[in-house]
Parts: sequence; structure tokens; C-alpha cells
Amino acid sequence: MAEVEGLERGRVANAEGHRAMLGPLKLECGTVLDRFPLAYQTYGALDEGKRNAVLICHALTGDQFVANANPFTRRPAWWPDMVGPGKVIDTDRYFVICANVLGGCMGTFGPKETNPATGRFWGLDFPVITVGDMVRAQALLLDHLGIPDLFCVIGGSMGGMQVLQWAAAHGDRVFSAVPVATAARHSSQNIAFHEVGRQAIMADPNWRQGQYLEYGVSPSAGLAVARMAAHITYLSEAALHRKFGRNLQNREKVTFGFDADFQVESYLRHQGSTFVDRFDANSYLYITRAMDYFDLAADYGGSLPKAFAGTKTRFCLVSFTSDWLFPTPESRAVVHALNAAAANVSFVEIATDKGHDAFLLDEPELFATLGGFLEGAAGVRGLAPR
Amino acid sequence: MNVRTDIPLLAQKLRPEDVRADLRVIAALVEPGSRVLDVGCGDGLLLAYLAREKGVDGRGIELSQAGVNACVAQGLSVVQGDADTDLGDYPANGYDYVILSQTLQATRKPYKVLKQMLRIGRHAIVSFPNFGHWRVRLSLFWNGRMPVTAALPQSWYETPNIHFCTIADFEQLCRDMGAVIERRVSVDAFGRRERIVAPGALANLFAEQGMFLLRNKN
Repeated sequence: MAEVEGLERGRVANAEGHRAMLGPLKLECGTVLDRFPLAYQTYGALDEGKRNAVLICHALTGDQFVANANPFTRRPAWWPDMVGPGKVIDTDRYFVICANVLGGCMGTFGPKETNPATGRFWGLDFPVITVGDMVRAQALLLDHLGIPDLFCVIGGSMGGMQVLQWAAAHGDRVFSAVPVATAARHSSQNIAFHEVGRQAIMADPNWRQGQYLEYGVSPSAGLAVARMAAHITYLSEAALHRKFGRNLQNREKVTFGFDADFQVESYLRHQGSTFVDRFDANSYLYITRAMDYFDLAADYGGSLPKAFAGTKTRFCLVSFTSDWLFPTPESRAVVHALNAAAANVSFVEIATDKGHDAFLLDEPELFATLGGFLEGAAGVRGLAPR
Repeated sequence: MNVRTDIPLLAQKLRPEDVRADLRVIAALVEPGSRVLDVGCGDGLLLAYLAREKGVDGRGIELSQAGVNACVAQGLSVVQGDADTDLGDYPANGYDYVILSQTLQATRKPYKVLKQMLRIGRHAIVSFPNFGHWRVRLSLFWNGRMPVTAALPQSWYETPNIHFCTIADFEQLCRDMGAVIERRVSVDAFGRRERIVAPGALANLFAEQGMFLLRNKN
């Protein structure tokens, strides 16, 4: 096994994970971070040639605990069907890395960390970050780990944006890329939904201009509403109807009041209230902003094919029929650009009624597709067969 | 059996008898190690066969989602797409061969599709059912009914094949668009190369399928 600095082997399960001090990093907004922490998890072992590293990029409210329970929130691993021993992303075969994004709230540099210059929480003094900044931070982590390039970078939703950014900006370090349920730019409708969420947070009196941590309070009501609105966009009408219909919550008839009469209301309230315990409201503002600002073509003169010009990366894009947040035409636009760049690309649309969240769920066709793609790519990469 | 890791899984399991005879005839037209785009690649049989037999760098476009998913799960590089609308995205001369096997007659704009193929590829390989075959002619002549044959098993109202042509029609189209016919192969109903090579007008009478290797005049 190759020696990798900073890794503690065999201690990943139940561990609080690793935290690397990285930098300097010049952010797109102009701010330079001299040193900043990036929290990450690893699974499996790096092979002799350092050729089997897989980077998993998490979505808006995800974290680095892709394949083991989060020790802080006690929530289970967020992608257990995809990542683990013998799974599609087989931790017996690949060295899997997952880092908490820049601006996050699970140990990486984010607005709830302390500003060493003031001794206070960063709050709104935290610089605005972009998907490009998130990816550059991850690239610094690879340098830190001594990993020259990735066998695969994979992620869904905002994770998929990072995958596209990786392939465009650091293509020589990406052998294969799997952007799932994502887009090369955040749509107007999606920016609109994010704005509703941010306004809900900022309208909460406890938000206190972003200084709530200084006051020892939390804009829980606002953050819960933001989560409830967002959660609807992750599902589909068909899935909501299948799960809840118009069923009433523990009652025979409606109460002629504003209690949660319907099961779907009760469900959303539960989604909102559990979210506030695990997520920082300011992080939510910053990360949604990063997604809004994402427009890959804009960095390449407005031409998406130019973003991928000359790419040698093997791509596999996946979309879901009932995903209306990142609908299939968004993936198809990326496929068209990749075709125009003569890239090696596969694209599948998977039939499901589970909406955007389908990428996180048990979708056998997703596993079959990605399993085949990774197997093919591993063969070309020359990785040892299973 | 030796497990090779540099070719798709499906290709390793293929036996020659599994491969439709017309696909073998197409494969014979393809130079080893070339770049191939298979338009309407179905479940990926030809791409897998070409990868194994010819070591090609193959890509596919397929309309049916089930076909695409099957291809990708086998490690083939295939996108869901439509020959009529999506070929315009591909850069000129990006491929050595663009193949359209038994699909031309199902496209809405065969002329445009063929033009795009000749733009994208240095060569185009096209195969299609020949409506000039004597059995088709006899069926129309004696029965006055649209022919239903082994190669064309569906009734007129169910068939996805909306643009039938004869070998003579196709050759006229090639002349009209300035495509050079490099090779023509007559194929029988089972996809085998016809034993008796019928020249010109006779091919139009005796070949059940036309197969052409084309290139642009320039």
C-alpha cells in the first residue's frame, strides 16, 4: 500500500473523520484564504499506483459521511446503497474520499467557524463562495493527500455541479466523471426557490443579521420553512400522492384550524424541524448562493462545449424522469456539449416517480448503469479486476 | 476464458453465431482501431462486436431508453438520442465511420440524416431493407398488398419504417447529395452476403438488403 500522509487507516468507521489544514486558496470573490480547514472522510485503501481514488461530491445539505453514520448528528450514511464493500462504489476496490464543501457546517471552513481575526463567528463576514471554490479546495485536498488524479469523481445535484466543474477546470486529474441529476447552470426557477428559502431564514427575527450564534439563538423557524419549501422540490407530485394522498394525520376529519391535518403537512413539518438540528442557517445561505452563481458556460465565453474542449475524461450522465428540479433537458444540454467536444459520453434517463431525490434512493437501474460504466472505465484505467 | 479488461463485458461473452450476420458484414467494412459512431445502436451488439473483433473506439446513439441503459450497463459509451435531431451536435470528421444499420427507413428525414453522417464521419455505412427485391415486387403485383416478409414483419400501420426505398432509389440519393459509393454489398434476408454477386440493376432485384460504404465527394 502506498503511504498517504494524513490518513489514519482502519479508523474510518465511527471516527469523527479527518480535518486537513489547506491553503492558500484565492476565492472567486477575491478573498484569499491563507489556511482553512477541510473536513473529510475516506474509505478503503489507495492502491500502489494511486490510481483508484474516487471523489464523491455531496449535495446542498449533505456532508462527508457518505458511507458511515455522522458522529455529530447520528444520522445514517447518506449514500449507503451506492458506497460500501461490494457496492457499486466498492470500498474494497476503490479509495473513496468525501469532503464537506467549503461553506459547510460539518467541520470545513464555513460561516459557523470562528474568525481568528475577531474571535467571533464568521456569520455574514464569511466570504461568498462558489462551486469553483469548492472544487479548488478539494483539489488542494488531493495535493495534501498526494493523489495525482482521480479514477472517478461522482455526485448528484450540487455534487453533480462540482463534478462538471472538476471535469472542466481540472480535466487532467479526472479519468471518469459521473454527474447525476444536475445541470451546467442553475435555472431561474431554481434560483427563485432558493431565494424563497433565504428570505424565510432572513425574515426570522432570531437570524439577527446573521449574528445569531453570537446571541446564542437560532433562526429555526425560518430555516425549517426553507427546508420545507426545498423538500417539495426534491420530490414529485406522483411520489407525494403515492406516499400521502389526501390522508389525514391521526384524525378522522379536518379540524377547521391550521394544525397539521394532512399527513403531508405533518411530514413536511418533521422534515423542517429535524433539519434545523443538523444544519447551520448561514451555511444554507452561502451554499444556495454558490449553486445560484453556478454557470459553467459563462466561464468559457458562454460556450459549454468550450468548457470540455479536448477532454479525455469518460462521462456518464444520469437523469430521472420525474425530477423537475434538475429535469432531463438540463443533462441533455451537457450531453450535447460533450458530443460537440467529441467527448466519450454515456447518458441514461431512469424512469422513476421519486423525483430529484431518486439519486439517493434504492434505484436498481441506477446501480446497474453506474456499475457497468465504472467496470468499463476501470478496465480501461487498468485497475485490478474485482 | 481469458478475461480482458480493455473491452466491454458484453463483447467477451459474444460468440460469432450470436452476432447477426449483417452485423458481421458491416464489421468487415470497418478498419481495425478506428473511431466508430453507431446511430441507432440498439442493445449494443454491433458496438460490442466491433470493440472485440476490430478494437474500435465505439460510441452509440439509441432512441429507446431500455436499449441505452442496457448498453451503458455493459460498459459501452452510449447516449439516449434521436438520429433526426441530435447528429447536428457532433463535430465534423470526429469519426472514421458513422454506421446506420437498418435504421434509415425509420428516420423522418433520411436525406438530412445521411448528410449529417457524411459530415461527422470520414465514411458512412448504411444498410436498409430493399423494396426493389423481387419478392416485394411480386407481392405488390399479385396481391396488391404492402409486403410483409421475414425482414419486414410488421403491417404497414404498425411498422416504424416510414421511408422505404429500393437500392436504385438509394443510389440516386447518393448521386444527388454528392456521396461517393466506395463499396456496395448485397445481403440476403438473413443478413448473409449474397453468394451470387448481382451487379447494378440485378442487385436491386435480388438483394433483400442494401449495404453501402460511402464517403463525401470532397
